[in-house]
Amino acid sequence: MSRDTALVPADWAEKNLETPGVVFVEVDEDTTAYDGGHIPGAIKIDWKKDLQDPVRRDFVNQEQFSALLSERGISNDDTVVLYGGNNNWFAAYAYWYFKLYGHGDVKLLDGGRKKWELEARPYSKDVPNRPATQYQAAAPDSSIRAFRDEVVQAIGAKNLVDVRSPDEFAGRLLAPAHLPQEQSQRAGHIPTAINVPWSKAANEDGTFKSDDELAKLYSEAGLDNGKDTIAYCRIGERSSHTWFVLKELLGQPNVKNYDGSWTEYGSLIGVPIALGDEPGEA
Amino acid sequence: MTSTSNIADGCAAPDQSAPIPAGVDLEKETVITGIVSTADGDAVGGAYVRLLDSTGEFTAEVVSSAEGVFRFFAAPGSWTLRALSRQGNGDISVDVTRGVNEVSLAVAAS
Repeated sequence: MSRDTALVPADWAEKNLETPGVVFVEVDEDTTAYDGGHIPGAIKIDWKKDLQDPVRRDFVNQEQFSALLSERGISNDDTVVLYGGNNNWFAAYAYWYFKLYGHGDVKLLDGGRKKWELEARPYSKDVPNRPATQYQAAAPDSSIRAFRDEVVQAIGAKNLVDVRSPDEFAGRLLAPAHLPQEQSQRAGHIPTAINVPWSKAANEDGTFKSDDELAKLYSEAGLDNGKDTIAYCRIGERSSHTWFVLKELLGQPNVKNYDGSWTEYGSLIGVPIALGDEPGEA
Repeated sequence: MTSTSNIADGCAAPDQSAPIPAGVDLEKETVITGIVSTADGDAVGGAYVRLLDSTGEFTAEVVSSAEGVFRFFAAPGSWTLRALSRQGNGDISVDVTRGVNEVSLAVAAS
């Protein structure tokens, strides 16, 4: 994977709005943005309703993902271009799902909704009618998803990258500052994790920084290229953004997203937690 | 353009805050809220408002409402607010305390 295959600029997107076999998909936590205007021809996926299991605390399984994409009219051989608000957090999260379930050609729109809007590119309120397909998701690729036991064992052994803001990392805040702070779990971070906020990988217009800037960012933060890496945040969407950077843009071989992230880890009984700005001891 | 003393003061300020969700305890929360506007005073909806901490590190981002309103749940201390919009960009530094802190954020084409 590389920038050329994983990322498309807004100019490319605008030229390919009607290209057969290219499907634009807006992914958001708040889908009212889509309803108010979206990239012409784009369909929507609701991060919560469509991608999370309604009962179990987990995301949709292979059958549910197949059913979702079939109903939305996406085929296995389509080129899927994902974008969204929040600097593409939820689009990156969906990208990770598409990879997890073996979709062949999936890309992120660089800059997402923000760059598209700030540049006054076209929006439409028309909802496209795509005929249903017979989408077949592959078995989940566990090489890109980390679970809690593996995360605990990674303390002091693998790269742990906490991509939350410095205040969340240190334990001064429990959630991003645009959300109310009351939460039940403990604050802090996984010992030995380095803190590289997802936002350091993005420019203020939401586009990703250059490969050189990104490589420098993680090497200066102490990421050891000889080790496997696990990225986490609070609920797994910001860490998908960093997973995308490390795995898809920089091409590191073994990078996992821990989607349980701090809401799970910070509620576990008996696991070590570090407070303050330093990674802490194993 | 950075200025540092633009927190709307007391009862003289117009009510800039949209309703705060039920269940939010203002005894505990530090809310930073306000309106993005142009130099002419027109509200700017759809602006991307970024909250940066005292070291300039990105902390959060919201999109202003049609009336230009934005709101963050932060912590007491120094913050910078920066807005990006089609009408231009702007930023302001603020010192906030627990409770509701109202801020005016102006944007201008560079």
